[in-house]
Amino acid sequence: MRIVLFAAFATLLIGFAPVEVKAADGNVELTNQEWSFDGVFGRFDRQQLQRGFQVYREVCSSCHGLDYIAFRNLEAIGYSEDQTKVLASEYIIEECCDDQGDIFDRPAIPADYMPNPYPNDQFARASNNGALPPDLSLMSKARHGGPDYVYSLINGYEEPSAEVEAEMMDGMYYNVAFEGNQIAMAQQLFDDLLEYSDGTPATAEQMATDVAAFLHWAAEPKLEIRKQTGVRVLLFTFVFTVLAYFLKRRIWADIEH
Amino acid sequence: MTGILLAMSYTPHVDYAFQSVERIMRDVNSGWLLRYMHANGASFFFIVVYIHIFRGLFYGSYKSPREVLWWLGVIIMILMMATAFMGYVLPWGQMSFWGATVITNLFSAIPVIGDYIVTLLWGGFSVDNPTLNRFFALHYLLPFVLVGVVVLHIWALHIPGSNNPLGINATAKDKIPFHPYYTAKDAFGLGVFLLAYFTVVFWFPNAMGHTDNYIPANPLSTPAHIVPEWYFLPFYAILRSIDDKLTGVILMFGSLLILFVIPWLDTSRVRSATFRPIFKVLFWVFLADCVMLTWCGAQLAEGLPLLLSRIGTFWYFFHFLVLMPVVGWIETPRPLPTSISTPVVAKPAE
Ligand code: HEC
Ligand code: HEM
Repeated sequence: MRIVLFAAFATLLIGFAPVEVKAADGNVELTNQEWSFDGVFGRFDRQQLQRGFQVYREVCSSCHGLDYIAFRNLEAIGYSEDQTKVLASEYIIEECCDDQGDIFDRPAIPADYMPNPYPNDQFARASNNGALPPDLSLMSKARHGGPDYVYSLINGYEEPSAEVEAEMMDGMYYNVAFEGNQIAMAQQLFDDLLEYSDGTPATAEQMATDVAAFLHWAAEPKLEIRKQTGVRVLLFTFVFTVLAYFLKRRIWADIEH
Repeated sequence: MTGILLAMSYTPHVDYAFQSVERIMRDVNSGWLLRYMHANGASFFFIVVYIHIFRGLFYGSYKSPREVLWWLGVIIMILMMATAFMGYVLPWGQMSFWGATVITNLFSAIPVIGDYIVTLLWGGFSVDNPTLNRFFALHYLLPFVLVGVVVLHIWALHIPGSNNPLGINATAKDKIPFHPYYTAKDAFGLGVFLLAYFTVVFWFPNAMGHTDNYIPANPLSTPAHIVPEWYFLPFYAILRSIDDKLTGVILMFGSLLILFVIPWLDTSRVRSATFRPIFKVLFWVFLADCVMLTWCGAQLAEGLPLLLSRIGTFWYFFHFLVLMPVVGWIETPRPLPTSISTPVVAKPAE
């Protein structure tokens, strides 16, 4: 039995090992942050998510879509139903079609998904020097490091050394967190680029943290309920296992083994 | 079971599959739970089955009179692999698409009929919508076939009876009824298993997956590094250890099929490695070899990992084809106890 358990753990360990090895390749530097949603009981900080949403809306949304988020979803980060209505109505949606078969414009409603900044990928590339700004809805789960990656990337612009600069391609920017260190997205966040509605000083660092937290919520909106359910399920399973253990001892007590 | 509920909300179409999985994650009630349970359930299923297989290898459970039982077990493993491979294609992320492309392309190495088979699998000339549709249908079907084989597996177990760690034939006085003894023991085992499983489902649901599968499939952009799910890694390492595609494919499938013939390859009359001093060491070396191959499978096939996967592949086959028969002849096993209770009773009372 002990051997079997040992084998189980060995298998588990190697199951995870390659994941870590892969995270280390390439010359990427990630800065690990402490997130409110880390840990066994982790929760989102609603205030932070709202600030992050503000950064997304005022900065990133001019290039990046957020396809899987509808305005109604924003209620989950602490906006009231009326506030989401107001937020939505600031966007214009092209609707097909009216009685005459024409496309017409209407203000967005909470049930609408966030409109994409570009009508299609070709247009997006043409506007960005050939590079395609990816959709951000799942970004936090689609890269190693998750929110730490997004934070490090947004905050990772540095002056390259002279040799490195000589080798950079035109229209590319040096970034310590990006694989290959050349990214087609220019630095986006500068101190006091915007004014937070809750009065938090808008340093570049603060905004990067907030938007990374927001994008993590966008990628994993069910994180809180997942962890809460997990605690209950695990407690139950634990009690069950302990009971089963004592039951087994009792039943086997009269048998020589 | 989680699969059937998932299937209700899933759309097997290249343009919608990824999106429908995301809708499951976001809008379907408890959809996130279903999906994480399903995806990690597959991983844990493999953990259990692999442990079970290694245990079988250690205690010689494949030997007469349990060959049929062993073969059914190998069939179960292969069916599971096929099911999980096709399941992984369904969310239609980058790894789904490129994994499917790499694996289905393997069949083209078969002379003469290879290309025909690939076209048949694809339902066209590349991995596309028809591929997704047929994989979905098969992914739905195979688990039921699997259940059928599992029933046969259990039935086949009941004919010769369970093996035991001593690898000897049990006599009537050594046997105890399954209930309540084993139901109680298994309940505890199940609890331990569930603790591990739920920890992963609720706190590390994506640890065993690949981040690239959260990027929608894009036939025009190949990921830098295509890796299969962890449970395929050793076989993937064997595949890539040889430059020639056909040989690699033969070795990879051979590494599975060889399991069918080990009841004959092992010449020792003693079942359990407990009484086989040389074989016991070899067993642990073999286990380490598989672990090493798993690691190699996750690396780029070059330099050290490539060298190690060549050595590992060689050892894999060397173990079964040479060591197993030879050691069976030359090894002097320790004497077997006459019944299961002998060593227990002989132990000084504590
Ligand atoms: C001027 C347009 C523009 C704006 C504004 C912009 N980005 Fe980008 N972004 C891009 C482009 C173009 C790329 C593609 C870069 C590449 O592939 O080299 C990109 C890529 C990214 C990536 C993916 C990097 C990777 O690993 O592939 C992330 C994450 C990202 N942007 C986050 C943000 C965030 C957060 C904001 C808001 C603070 C933002 N971007 C604002 C143009 C923009
Ligand atoms: C032996 C049993 C099974 C195994 C090992 C298995 C394995 C898998 C795997 C590995 C995935 C990919 C998960 C991911 O990464 O997202 C998957 C997806 C899926 N499976 Fe299964 N599966 C099994 C049974 C079933 C059954 C019986 C059904 C339906 C009746 C089913 C329906 C689905 C569906 C709809 C998906 C796509 C949704 C998703 O990706 O989450 N599965 N399966």
